[in-house]
Amino acid sequence: MSLTTILMTIISTTLVYSAPLIFTALGGTFSERSGVINVGLEGMMIVGAFCSTIFTLNLAPRLGILAAWLALLIGGICGCLFSLLHAVATINLRADHIISGAVLNMIAPAVCVFLTRIFYNGKGQTPVINQGLGTSTINGLKQIPILGKILFTQTSIIAWIAIIIAVICWYVLYRTAFVLHLRSVGENPAAADTLGINVDYYRYWGVLLSGFLGGLGGAVMAQSITLNFSVSTISGQGFMALAAMIFGKWDPIGSMAAAVFFGLAQSLPIIGAYIPGLSHINSVWFQVAPYLITVIVLAIFFGRSVGPAADGKNYIKSK
Amino acid sequence: MNCKKYSALVFPLMSIVSGFVVGAIIMLVFGYDPLQNYGNLLVGSFGGAYSIGETLRNMTPLILTALGFAVSSKAGFFNIGGSGQYLMGWFGAVVVALKWSWLPGWFLIIVSIMSGALLGGVWSAIAGLLRAYCGTSEVITTIMLNYVALYFVNFAVKNWLAAQGHDSSATITAKASLRSPLLASLTSNSTLHWGFILALLVCLIIWIYFNRTRAGFELRSIGLNERAAQYAGMNVRKTIILAMLISGILAGLGGALDGLGNFQNISVSNSLPQVGYDGMAVAILASYNPLGIILSSLLFSALQIGGMSMSVYSNAPTEIVSIVTGSIIFFIAIKYAFEIILKKYKLSYPKFNIAGK
Repeated sequence: MSLTTILMTIISTTLVYSAPLIFTALGGTFSERSGVINVGLEGMMIVGAFCSTIFTLNLAPRLGILAAWLALLIGGICGCLFSLLHAVATINLRADHIISGAVLNMIAPAVCVFLTRIFYNGKGQTPVINQGLGTSTINGLKQIPILGKILFTQTSIIAWIAIIIAVICWYVLYRTAFVLHLRSVGENPAAADTLGINVDYYRYWGVLLSGFLGGLGGAVMAQSITLNFSVSTISGQGFMALAAMIFGKWDPIGSMAAAVFFGLAQSLPIIGAYIPGLSHINSVWFQVAPYLITVIVLAIFFGRSVGPAADGKNYIKSK
Repeated sequence: MNCKKYSALVFPLMSIVSGFVVGAIIMLVFGYDPLQNYGNLLVGSFGGAYSIGETLRNMTPLILTALGFAVSSKAGFFNIGGSGQYLMGWFGAVVVALKWSWLPGWFLIIVSIMSGALLGGVWSAIAGLLRAYCGTSEVITTIMLNYVALYFVNFAVKNWLAAQGHDSSATITAKASLRSPLLASLTSNSTLHWGFILALLVCLIIWIYFNRTRAGFELRSIGLNERAAQYAGMNVRKTIILAMLISGILAGLGGALDGLGNFQNISVSNSLPQVGYDGMAVAILASYNPLGIILSSLLFSALQIGGMSMSVYSNAPTEIVSIVTGSIIFFIAIKYAFEIILKKYKLSYPKFNIAGK
C-alpha cells in the first residue's frame, strides 16, 4: 500500500469515528457555557440513535439515500425533546445537575430498549439499516494534488460537516450577542439578570442545543457505524464527548480537536492492522492508548481545567 | 432534628411512589397490566426463601459501589469510576484465588479479598493523586480509567487466565469461595454468600467513619467548602487522596466479593459492569447516608431480581424496571417540585436545604 493510501485510510476512519463525538462535544459546550452541567450527553445520544434508526428502517424504502440524512435531523429533534427533561429539572426545579444528567443516562437506554422490544417482537435490537451514510468522495476537492486523495477521497462527509459546524459555533460563541448573553448566564447569572438578561431563557437554549447536537451525534453513530440500534450502540461515546469538551476547555474548536483525537484513538485498533510495523503489536495497547494518553496529556499539560464560573449552580432569583 | 429526619424519609418515599406510578402509566399505555407485573416483581424478589436469598446476594455489590460513591461525593468529588474499580477488584480477587490456590483456606480468602480491594483502591487513587497534585478533573480521569480497566481485564483474562480460545477463567477452588452451605440451606439453595454480611459490616464502619471520626469530619468539611477547610488547617491534599482511595477500595471490595461469592470466575465482557452506575443511583437515593444505603440497595436489588422473573411470568419487557428506578432518581433530583406541592396544600413543613449536598 502506498503512503497516500495508508494516510487516506487512517484519516477517513478517524473522521468516521470523530463525527458523533464532535457533534456531541459541541452540544456539551453550549449547555455548560450557559451554566448547566450535562453528564446526560450519553442518554441524548442514545435517544438520537434510536429515533433515527427507527425512522430509517420505516422510511428508507420510500426515501432512499435522503432517509439517512433526514434521520440525522430526526435524531437531533428527538434528542432535543429528551433534553427538555434535563432543562426543566435543572432550570425550573432546582435539581442537582449531575444527578439529573445521570438520570438521563439511566432512563434513555431503558426506554429505547423497551420500545425496541415492543416494536420488534421482544428482540432487544433492531434489524440492520440498508442505507447508511457510508463514505463518499467529494468531487471538486479531490482534484487537489495529494491532499485531495488523502483528505477527500472515500471520506466521511458528515465529519466534514461537523468540523465546519464547529467553526461556525466558534464564531457564534465569541462574535454574536446571543451567545454573549448565553455565556454571561453561565459565568455570573446574578449580574446577567440585573442587566435584564433572562437567565432561564438562555439556559433553556443551552440545554436544548446540547440535546439537539447530542441527538444528532447519536444519529450519526447509528447511521454510519453501528447501522442498527441495540443497547450497545452507544457505549461510552457520550462520556468521551464530555471528556473531549473538558479537554478542549469548553471551546468549540478545542472540543472539536479533542473529539478528532479521540476519533483517531478509537479507530486505532482498526487501522493499526494497516500500518506496517504496528501490525504485530498487541491490540490491547491500541485499545488502552487513547485513554491513557488523555489522562497523561491532561495531567502534564493542562492541569486544572476551569469551566464556566457558574457551571452547575442553580440560579435562584432573590425576591 | 426531627424535621431533618422527616425530610430524609418523606422525599425518598414520595419519589419511590411516583417512580412506580410512572412505570404503571407506561405499562398501561402499552397494554400491560401494572398490578399483575408489580405482583410478579414482588413475588420474584421476596416470594420465598430462595428469592429473598438472591435479593440479598445481589445487594452486596450495590451496597459497596454505593458506599464508594458516597465517600467520594461527601468529599465533593464525582467518582464515576465505580465500574472500573469494581472490575479491577473482581479481577484482583480471582487472580489471587486462582494463582495462589495452595494457600490455606481462610488465609486465601482474606488475601484474595484484600488484593481485590487494593487493586480497586489503586485504580481510583490514581485519579485522586492527579486531582490533588495536578488539578486534573476526576470526572475525566475516572471515565478514562474505566475503559483502561475494561480493556486491560479483557486482555488479561484472555491471555493469562483463560484456556486457549476461551473467554472465561477457570472456576476458583471451593476453599476460596465465599459461598456457604449454611446460608444456602437457610435460603433454599440461593447463591447468598458471606460477602453480604461483610457488606453490612462495612456500612456500619463507614457510618462511624463519617459521623464519629475526625478524618470523616475533615472529609465532609472539604466537601462542603474546600477553602474554609484549608484555612481551618486541614490537609486538603491528603484528604482528597484518602477519599478517592477509600472510595476505590470499597468499589473494589464489591467486585472482589462478587467475584469470589457470586461469579466464582471472571470472563471477558463487552461493556463496563452496570453495577458501578447502579451504585451511584443507590447512593443518591440514600442521600449518601451509609445506613440509608442498606435500604435503598434493598429496593434496587429487589427490583433487579424481581425484574428477571417478571419477564418469565408475563410479556412486559424487563426494561420497565430500569425505567422505574430511573424515574425514582429523577423524582429525588426534582424534590423542589414536591416542596412546591406541599406548600400549595399548606402542609406544615420546615425549610429544607435546597442545594442538595
